[in-house]
Amino acid sequence: MLARALRFIRPWVFPAVLMGALEIYARTVGRDSDAIAPPSLALLAFGRALLSTGEGSIAQATAFTLGSAGAGLLMGALLGIAIGIVLGLSRRAAHMGFLTVEVFRPIPSVALIPLAMLVFGFGFRMEISVVAFACFWPLLILTQAAVQQVEPGLLEVSQALGLSPLARTTKIVLPAVLPRLFVALRLGVAIALVVAVTVEIAANPSGMGYALMISQQSLAPDLMLAWLFWIGIVGFLINALALRLQRWVAGKMGDVVELESVDALAVSGRAGGAGRAGGSGGAGPSGGGSETGQTSEVLGTGLPHPAGRARRAGDAR
Amino acid sequence: MNSPHRADTPADTPLAGRAMVESVLVLAALLALWWLASHQQWVSKVFLPTPEATAESLIAGLATGELLGFTGSTVLRMLLGWLLASLLGLGLGALIGASATARAWIAPTFEFIRPLPASAVMPLAISIFGLSSNMVLAVVAFGAMWPVLLATVYGLASVHVRLREVADALQLTRLAFVWKIGLPNALPDILAGMRLSLTVALIVTVVGEMIASQPGLGQAILLAARSFRASELFAGVVLLGAIGFASNSLLALAERRFLGWQKSG
Repeated sequence: MLARALRFIRPWVFPAVLMGALEIYARTVGRDSDAIAPPSLALLAFGRALLSTGEGSIAQATAFTLGSAGAGLLMGALLGIAIGIVLGLSRRAAHMGFLTVEVFRPIPSVALIPLAMLVFGFGFRMEISVVAFACFWPLLILTQAAVQQVEPGLLEVSQALGLSPLARTTKIVLPAVLPRLFVALRLGVAIALVVAVTVEIAANPSGMGYALMISQQSLAPDLMLAWLFWIGIVGFLINALALRLQRWVAGKMGDVVELESVDALAVSGRAGGAGRAGGSGGAGPSGGGSETGQTSEVLGTGLPHPAGRARRAGDAR
Repeated sequence: MNSPHRADTPADTPLAGRAMVESVLVLAALLALWWLASHQQWVSKVFLPTPEATAESLIAGLATGELLGFTGSTVLRMLLGWLLASLLGLGLGALIGASATARAWIAPTFEFIRPLPASAVMPLAISIFGLSSNMVLAVVAFGAMWPVLLATVYGLASVHVRLREVADALQLTRLAFVWKIGLPNALPDILAGMRLSLTVALIVTVVGEMIASQPGLGQAILLAARSFRASELFAGVVLLGAIGFASNSLLALAERRFLGWQKSG
């Protein structure tokens, strides 16, 4: 009973200690600071921002960021998955596209912010285009890798049945790669959110990133911290939701690509490293490692899921 | 690593003969399309400069040393931040990873920080450091630290039970365990994490230069876009792509060389 309670509160202890330390620091040493505010005041500022309406309100800014992240992800994912399937099915197409992919992929997505600004001006469309570019590459590469790993027997069956390429894709390939596709999509969700916020911080005057930037410029550290935490919370929730969805699909479709989370990491440490039983050789055959590296395209903390060996998909292809 | 799809991947089987020619042809066709689109004015010249104009801006910028200087300072910032991030990540990661208790209490917090964009801490850093190049460096180091830190913690946590027993039998101190068993075990993860963090470092560097107006390619392309000098903008983007490509390939090469001993095992 006690152990269970402990397990429940344990994740919250360290953040609570950090918050407490910040509270004390901000109320004593950093009292006159323009940079830091006590978390309690940040909470109050958050409440005020929540109650206010119209431009710059929490709901409006969050909706803008999530909306453009979602629309960008949708565009990038659809294109990336479509091309990824083609490149995955045809060895020849993969070879033909190889150089082009390698030339364009390393362009940091943020480098396109000025270009998007030039073409679309500020607003929804420029943000979507940068997000779409950022999501396109990892989805293309992960889809290609997933399709290349489709059981060859399945493709032979489709050939024996004389299916058209379209029917082969929709009836054989897509169902076979669906669990992996959702792994890729979950990654895309993380990338889309990070890129959207970054575009807002760097250029686009809307959304959560801009609100954060403006609160700094108006020397309101409490509001700034509130926005920072809020962006963290939204990101956490969306990512957790995406992970749920991915696991649900994986469970439904059989091919469980179980990914260890940092949570499991803590547990595995307790269990004396049993967390990677038999996995000491590196990426398991399930290729769980292939999803990790792609976060590199993420601007953000770009955290790899420490599942398997952190192999870059770009490498594993 | 011998994951099954590795052998038949294009990255490992260098393109040969016809495949190589076709690959080049596709890229050339895209360039031709660009040439045609810009010359036929399918897309306004304001957005899409001709390939020649882009090359001209690139060469002129490099020859006068202006673009070269920007490239240099961006690369330097990226590398410095990456180095700081790697050291910080390794150090903190080893501290947290060495103790199962520390992992159990601290690691869940990473789940919260993981989705946070590195650039989101930039406003906070601005109010602490001002709009300085130190601010950019701090954010780069902070943002790029996480892949290394997590990889180190994970690598230390995943030491095989047998190896732990060996360490116990040899009565290794905790420090000796981390140094002799833990870190070598974590090395593949750490190197992969460092590669990831270099990519993050480049991205955060560019964003930082844009926001804080520090001399570099990030600032250069933003200014070029604001004054509608599309060819200079494209030249900057080409250079950034080249930096990304070069840094990633170099590290991939280093990784392969360092981990040669692991492959046979």
